[in-house]
Amino acid sequence: MIKLTNHSPPVWEYPKYEPGEPVGLFIPCYIDQFFPASGEATVELLRRQNVPVEYPKEQTCCGQPAFNSGYWDEARRVVRHFCDTFEPYRWIVGPSGSCTAMCRVFFEQVDPDPRIVEIGRRVVELTEFLVNVLGVTDTGARYPHKVALHIGCHTRRELGVVDPPMTLLRSIRDLEYHELPNMEECCGFGGTFSVKMAGTSLAMGRTKVENLAKCGADVLVSPDTSCLMHIEGLLRRDPATRHIQTKHLAEILVADE
Amino acid sequence: MSDTSHLHGAEFLKSQTAGLSEPAGSKALGESTERSAKQVREMAATIPQWQDWREAAHRIKRYAVAHLDKLLAEFERNISVRGVTVLYAADAAEANRLVIQIAQEHGVKRVVKSKTMVSEEMELNHALADVGVTALETDLGEYLVQLAGQRPTHIVTPALHLSAEDCGRLFADKLDEPYTAEHKALTDIARRHLREEYLRADMGVSGVNFAVAETGTIAIVENEGNAGLSTSAPPVHVALMGIEKVIPRIEHLPVFLNLLGRSGTGQKLTSYTHLIHGATPGKKMYVIILDNGRTRALADPKTRVALACIRCGSCLNNCPVYRRVGGWAYGWVYPGPIGSIITPQLVGLEKAGKLPFASSLCGACAEACPVKIDIAHQLVYLRHRAAKEPSPVRSMAERLMWKSWAWSMSGPLRYWLTMTAVRIGVRLAKFLPWHPLQLGAWTRGRELPRVPKATFRGNWRHNEK
Ligand code: SF4
Repeated sequence: MIKLTNHSPPVWEYPKYEPGEPVGLFIPCYIDQFFPASGEATVELLRRQNVPVEYPKEQTCCGQPAFNSGYWDEARRVVRHFCDTFEPYRWIVGPSGSCTAMCRVFFEQVDPDPRIVEIGRRVVELTEFLVNVLGVTDTGARYPHKVALHIGCHTRRELGVVDPPMTLLRSIRDLEYHELPNMEECCGFGGTFSVKMAGTSLAMGRTKVENLAKCGADVLVSPDTSCLMHIEGLLRRDPATRHIQTKHLAEILVADE
Repeated sequence: MSDTSHLHGAEFLKSQTAGLSEPAGSKALGESTERSAKQVREMAATIPQWQDWREAAHRIKRYAVAHLDKLLAEFERNISVRGVTVLYAADAAEANRLVIQIAQEHGVKRVVKSKTMVSEEMELNHALADVGVTALETDLGEYLVQLAGQRPTHIVTPALHLSAEDCGRLFADKLDEPYTAEHKALTDIARRHLREEYLRADMGVSGVNFAVAETGTIAIVENEGNAGLSTSAPPVHVALMGIEKVIPRIEHLPVFLNLLGRSGTGQKLTSYTHLIHGATPGKKMYVIILDNGRTRALADPKTRVALACIRCGSCLNNCPVYRRVGGWAYGWVYPGPIGSIITPQLVGLEKAGKLPFASSLCGACAEACPVKIDIAHQLVYLRHRAAKEPSPVRSMAERLMWKSWAWSMSGPLRYWLTMTAVRIGVRLAKFLPWHPLQLGAWTRGRELPRVPKATFRGNWRHNEK
């Protein structure tokens, strides 16, 4: 189980990964359905590190949408299903910081049952697993493009995972890194916030898109696909930004162009 | 439970929280909050013990909030031996009655006020006006807002929404001064007008930043000197404080002073820090300690920590939503993230249940908060309460929607069925001439995601068999 040793900013203490230990692959629902390439790149990355990957087919969602909307009783049902599904795994790895934060940080609010809390504490975000647990700093990728990085707010602030995606990105050969101005500010997705407070969500998203256009990157990568779904939606709406692509960080970490 | 129905703020809340979904703030608001948040971050980065200070402040406040009964009694004992009268008010109406009583006892006609958020909660100026007493704000920002007949948009910089040009026009209009947009000239005008008022006033009203139980001291911080004058020049001084302002010992004060100035404005220390132990000889002093819903926040162990707030304004400056909607959108005295967690508790979820939803839960507020209030977590918790308790967001339809969602996410077959329907829906949406509800809210400014041919699990089944 991963222990929280400091909060604000959070610092975690990880157990040791034993070579050959299988990890339970957690592919969040929207990645499964709309962004399978992010999931496939995740599998590829883990296998390259000789990590056996198992995909429990019972899995659905982590419960975050209902949790963030205040419907905790409904979220609890899904959380329990998640825990039943992943119980056999000491390591649960997924390509989404925000869903990882749901499991690791918020399960205990929905359901204080120690079993649930403990299973939630086994969930690790992909880049965090590679860098902080396995000690990987270079995945051997080559990606000759102008790239900017966006780190989702749950990844950044709830998990405190900022260095791992940065470290991995910097190891990519021939990549031209363009820093997003004001990169700590939220992109405005926020789950149901994006439709409940659509006007404000869009205003926040537009600032992000403006900054992205300003920094001159052609590709925006992120360890968070949900933010990308919102940003991509905005980019495609405007002919002036349609050429900018969005990709999960894992996809360019396996690239060899 | 406090009665807030007399506040036109409550009415205001009803009509205005609707504004939360649409950005109304100016570009200037976004820029100045961003600038000030950056200053604070840079300042904090130069202090190696910053996180230790935050932790210390958090613990002291948590202790204080858990021991209010003891600490308030101790504070009262220690300040009243020096001739200060300490009074308690359960709600805003009672606090107003007390202030009016004091004013009438001393034949007060004119009041000067330094910055006090509690008096905004009380709508004190209106209450005084009703009995023929004029109250003048002396904090420059508050003065401007009062002249303009508006409400503050920020808890530290109330006139954040006004540009120098706005101020120049305001002074020309209301004070018959020649128009200028030059900062020094503007402050000179304000100073000239305000100076006389301190001397003419019969009573000064102030807030309290910290009340030290051990020594019976109130600490007031400020930058303009107006609080010093308002509290010492008139013959009567009334200090207003919420019950949560008390801290145990004088040695606890420095950590808060260090954090407050820096978090509020990026200053090492505010220009003035007043430690008041009692009335100036020959003058009278009162302290009014107000509950006004705070014990409701106290009653729930999960929300209690919100009472640790030292009103530095940092969470507002760091909030991407506040930066875009501005302070008025929150509908009551406290805007921004702190407003979204404290207002529902002070005025009730029935009135302010929508506020906790005015956030993308990005957590920038909690990261900035000098007393480490887990604001983002508080917001989700209050959403949970708002969905259950009587509130404007509680809805049977939404509950049913989430119930069926929970059902469909609790087994792989149901999941497959639901998600297949969603995929078909997203595919077909582009052929619809018009998008209803949440779909419409999404596509109003964004394209829907492209639907890939296969899902991850489909591919996995295919490849791994
Ligand atoms: S909640 Fe924290 S950051 Fe916000 S005003 Fe209060 S003390 Fe400052």
